[in-house]
Amino acid sequence: MASKAVYSHRDPLLKKRDDFEDILEERRNSSDLRYALRCYTPVLYRGATPCKSSALKSMALQADQIHYVIKQVSKETGRTTEEVEEEASAILEEMAHHLQLSTVRFFAFALSKIFKTLFKSICVNEEGIQRLQQAIQEHPVVLLPSHRSYMDFLLMSYILYTYDLALPVIAAGMDFMGMKFVGEMLRMSGAFFLRRSFGGDRLYWAVFSEYVKTIIRNGFAPVEFFLEGTRSRTSKSLTPKLGLLNIVMDPFLKGEVFDITVVPVSISYERILEETLYARELLGVPKPKESTSALFKARKVLSEDYGSIHVYFGQPVSVRSIAEGRVDRCQFSLVPRHIPKRPNEDVQSFVNDAAYRLVRAQEENMVLKPWVLLASVLLQNQAAVQEPGIALDELTEKVLWLRHLSQQYGAFLHWPDHTPPSEVVSSSLSLHRGLVRISEGRVQLALAQGTQAGPVEQPSSFTPEEELLNQAVVVLSCASYRNQALHVFVRPALVATAMHTSSSNNKQEIFNTFNFLRNIFSNEFILCPGATVQDFEEACYLLVKTGAVQVTQQEVVVTERGQRTVAFLTAMLEPFLQGYQVVCRFLCQEAAETLTEKHFIPLVRKFILKQILAGRLRHVEALSSDLQKNALAALLRLGAVRKMNGEEQGTLKVSKVMVNSLEDTLGGKLPSLKAIVARL
Amino acid sequence: MASNSSGGSSDRQRIAKQRLRIIAGHLQRPADDDSAVGAAECTAQGSKTDASSEERTVPRRRHEIMKWNGWGYSDSKFVYNKKGQAEFTGKRYRLSGMIIPGLKDWMENTFGATLQHKTPATPILNSSAVQAPTLNEVFVEELKSTHIPFSHDAEDRVFRAHGHCLHEIFALREGKIGRVPDLVVWPSCHSDVEKIVELACKHNVCLIPYGGGTSVSSALECPPEETRSIVSLDTSQMNRILWIDEKNLTAHVEAGIVGQDLERLLNESGYCTGHEPDSMEFSSLGGWVATRASGMKKNIYGNIEDLVIHIKMVTPQGVIEKSCQCPRMSTGPDVHHFIMGSEGTLGVVTEVTLKIRPVPEYQKYGSVVFPNFEQGVACLREVAKQRCAPASIRLMDNEQFKFGHALKPQVSSIFTSFLDGLKKLYITKFKGFDPNRLCVATLLFEGDREKVLQHEKQVYTIAAKFGGLAAGEDNGQRGYMLTFVIAYLRDLGMDYYVIGESFETSVPWDRVLDICRNVKARIVRECKEKGVQFPPLSTCRVTQTYDAGACVYFYFAFNYRGLSDPIHVYEEVEHAAREEILANGGSLSHHHGAPTGSRLSQRARRVQARCSISWWTAGEVAAPGLVPQPHSLRRFGRRLRAKAPLRLGWPRPPAGAEAGVRTPSRVRSGAPVCTMGQEPPAPVAQSEGAGDGLLQPPAGPSSGNTHSLMSLIVC
Repeated sequence: MASKAVYSHRDPLLKKRDDFEDILEERRNSSDLRYALRCYTPVLYRGATPCKSSALKSMALQADQIHYVIKQVSKETGRTTEEVEEEASAILEEMAHHLQLSTVRFFAFALSKIFKTLFKSICVNEEGIQRLQQAIQEHPVVLLPSHRSYMDFLLMSYILYTYDLALPVIAAGMDFMGMKFVGEMLRMSGAFFLRRSFGGDRLYWAVFSEYVKTIIRNGFAPVEFFLEGTRSRTSKSLTPKLGLLNIVMDPFLKGEVFDITVVPVSISYERILEETLYARELLGVPKPKESTSALFKARKVLSEDYGSIHVYFGQPVSVRSIAEGRVDRCQFSLVPRHIPKRPNEDVQSFVNDAAYRLVRAQEENMVLKPWVLLASVLLQNQAAVQEPGIALDELTEKVLWLRHLSQQYGAFLHWPDHTPPSEVVSSSLSLHRGLVRISEGRVQLALAQGTQAGPVEQPSSFTPEEELLNQAVVVLSCASYRNQALHVFVRPALVATAMHTSSSNNKQEIFNTFNFLRNIFSNEFILCPGATVQDFEEACYLLVKTGAVQVTQQEVVVTERGQRTVAFLTAMLEPFLQGYQVVCRFLCQEAAETLTEKHFIPLVRKFILKQILAGRLRHVEALSSDLQKNALAALLRLGAVRKMNGEEQGTLKVSKVMVNSLEDTLGGKLPSLKAIVARL
Repeated sequence: MASNSSGGSSDRQRIAKQRLRIIAGHLQRPADDDSAVGAAECTAQGSKTDASSEERTVPRRRHEIMKWNGWGYSDSKFVYNKKGQAEFTGKRYRLSGMIIPGLKDWMENTFGATLQHKTPATPILNSSAVQAPTLNEVFVEELKSTHIPFSHDAEDRVFRAHGHCLHEIFALREGKIGRVPDLVVWPSCHSDVEKIVELACKHNVCLIPYGGGTSVSSALECPPEETRSIVSLDTSQMNRILWIDEKNLTAHVEAGIVGQDLERLLNESGYCTGHEPDSMEFSSLGGWVATRASGMKKNIYGNIEDLVIHIKMVTPQGVIEKSCQCPRMSTGPDVHHFIMGSEGTLGVVTEVTLKIRPVPEYQKYGSVVFPNFEQGVACLREVAKQRCAPASIRLMDNEQFKFGHALKPQVSSIFTSFLDGLKKLYITKFKGFDPNRLCVATLLFEGDREKVLQHEKQVYTIAAKFGGLAAGEDNGQRGYMLTFVIAYLRDLGMDYYVIGESFETSVPWDRVLDICRNVKARIVRECKEKGVQFPPLSTCRVTQTYDAGACVYFYFAFNYRGLSDPIHVYEEVEHAAREEILANGGSLSHHHGAPTGSRLSQRARRVQARCSISWWTAGEVAAPGLVPQPHSLRRFGRRLRAKAPLRLGWPRPPAGAEAGVRTPSRVRSGAPVCTMGQEPPAPVAQSEGAGDGLLQPPAGPSSGNTHSLMSLIVC
């Protein structure tokens, strides 16, 4: 029942969401120390047998599955089982969490202090907390927060501690463990560490999956991990990773627990701590290795204002109810359950669908701040008009229009009540003063010293490339805020773009182009595989509802008053469309025979820089390595580029004809005929 | 109660009597007057072998001693007396005439069922509600000439129109009567059955064999759309032990004999079969064979498939039987395995040779308390691993333990109740067992006195390893008594808005705990979702252990006050529970037989069909050219409880079918004995539209290369 509520979004306006409660308020009025030391007695899963984290380790090590893999490995490698067992136990030692209440209390104290300086408020939907509390008692719970910042998992634990809920055990990347002291602290607050890649290592996989499953079967604590796998640098949701989801669903599918409850959690930041860090990373400045000293250097962030955080605990989803009719669990009774087996197709597709739906549930409950709308308007304006900036009242008007539109599309907009719009706009602008500049009543992005996006005269200290990259940092930071709203608009925007690209009113043609675009962009946005028709219908429904288009049996026609909406939507996808085209152009024009995956990003970046400087491309966003990677992934998926195996390992073989035709189709020069779609 | 079995016949009889008291209590000798039509005794067979078989438990007019709309004997039932205390009436059982003080509170606390809310049953059968019989005049004429007794009395017909499924009894209590058989016949020997089957074939009449009538799989339901005459073939008068072979330890018995008579008669000669299904008071040998029954003492004696040496079965194509009484054969698939579990779709089992054993010298009950169900299951697994299971070992979960406790009769002496209090104190306080988690295993040992004691010691030692404490013989004995009275209890529940049913499964050891937890939880969840106002009783017990797994029995009951269609809700929940069983690696049934498709949804039917396919492959019967088709599988996937009767008949031809299908082939009298690997007795084709579970009349030439026996079975 719960699951249906999550997935049905026929009319977004009908979506009911809970109210928020600021948890920092109480912290500002009472002692943090007493808060940290207060009596903490969370409710636990009723089927749980309480045990220590060390007992958990030995339980996992004794599991049949691990024994089986140990025997297999020792048979294949010729090592003795004792040796392999030792290795397994070492892996577990490296991985396992070591939850200690004292550490948690320390964090509760320290984080209270830090959060109070950094944030205006941390808002949590208490009804969601109540639902979670209920769920925790009934079945093992898996928490799936969105991942935008390092803060995410500290924040989650902090909130759960505040509400006296069981602290989760969190899957964290191994890179954290490298941090001296902090890694251990995290471990003691419930994190367990995973290697980023362990592709072929069966023993590692077995130990790790058994460890997670033991926690779930045993009901030790809620398990928390990030479906997206890593922090999203662009604030768009990332394509879900299925590995861990597969593992946590396994105990249900194999009947080891009656049900598992999955709770999507949406964490939205008004201002992301890592904002410029991400932009630099996307532009090729490598991500700094996590280290304690870096953390201390980062403390200057403490002096800044990062607005508020909204955490929304979504509707708990019962795995049992979503698996109903999708998975035939009988299949697991034909082989002993401890023998690792690749899940068959219907299980894979079930987990895949579930993952997409959960990510969409996260997206839907992301709170959007006024700044998100401002950023969207500013970016479009910046790209479209050569003239610097936009008048403040024009900006306000546009933002109000957009606010109306986004609300109709079901966005979870958090627009302050009872405040004049101009005040909302100016306070948002001032929070993000690092990204915008207001001069003479005009608002523009703070693009370094130069006032224009084009290559004009610069101060001598910067090369044109460096100048451009500096501008790009601002643009990408801004874009990351706009991206927060993308999920609201992406489907109608794809239809709008399809209408624009196919320059036709024929419904079938538009659908074909929509299908093509959706296919191309499915690495870029969260588009559930196989849901083309639903997505098209949903988009048309929204467009028709807002009066932007009229849909008849044969045609889709833009109405008079719909021009503005359609133009806005098209402009929203424009940077992506252009970006993909330029990647295609690069592959056609510049790609050598020996292009490898490793060199792809630097080369394509260089090419795009040149294109922008030469004025052939206006969208600086194309410099984002995220976009470039996604484009390549799409081309690989469509078979236009092939990865070579064997001797030329890692080299990319480009089918120039196909890439060329894709580029033309994206540019609207070629109709996305059925034939092409079919061939793709 | 130990005694030497080599004693005289009076000694033997004493043992026999004691044993029977344990099983089911004494039976009054029922009156046996035949007021129905026709009364000729069978003369086809020679003189009776066993003198004492004069004493019959099951008369032709069953409703004279048994309830027409509930379980068991008319004189035995639970009632609330004037003081509002539960009491069990009659004289037949250990519990008879006793006050059960805890039952009322238990009913109230478990179901929220109170004495104020009553749902009394229609007291007497309203004969005018019963359809007039559709008689096939020619058939009746010819039947008369055979002198086989028959009747079309309304009460006789209604009694044979149902088994003991919840929906069947519920409808009867409400006075609702659907399609019932048009005629009841009582063959009294094999040749009578041959004659009846032959006539049925000849005159296109449906036959539904009826044994004990204890089916819980809707097997006795008459298809409402059936327009031809339906004849219920009641085997109850075929109840003699024809011979006992003491050299080979076998007995040849007519298939209509009910369990308690079989045991009693064998006991008189110093033997027993050891086959004791819970329904053994009423279920018949033929039903056991046709449905692969299982008895509680299978650890010593085996299940029915281990006990059977020889089967004689009348089919429309003739009689099937092996040509010898050998312990084992390897000439192709064993023909017995087609018959056992065929659930009466292939023919009427008339005579069976069974293994017999000397009556055991010593018998002892026992019980063990475990701190929780997990420990209990682990202990049972260990017992099975060491292959030292007693004659019976059953593990009840906590809810069932409490249930059993509620059935404790009033104790007469203060001393006993004081002792009980002490025991309780010791277990909960001193040993620290949580009264809401502990569970109890009941044990029954049988054999030589010395071996039993030794065996007992071994089992208790294992139990101790898993935290089990011996809890006395009395608890054990009460546990077994529960299984005999539980069916009576359902009738009491139905008087007070409570409906319930049991179902069972078999499952590999590693899944036992999972299946118990998940199925119980699923029942609770489904009840909630379906609008049941009170929490249901959802409980299970592990009743049999095997090397590779166990048999698990679920009880499920709820208070239906406030529901408009309780039976529908019940069926939905049961269906969900069965689905859960399958999803958790359990079988659709361990010994009840698969429930009929008609009441389950389309989906469940598919699941069933799948099960049937695995049944086919398990039996290695993949004959060339034989593609199992959904309808034939459905037939195979069907029903008939062990205790249930056989079923056989010609279905109505499918709409628009050619006339040819309607012609039944003649039964060859004295048909060739059909042993495996021999040539076909008669070529038959698999017909297209098989009727609902009834046999298809053979028609036309053989379809291709299909093995004769296979086609026989498929048809």
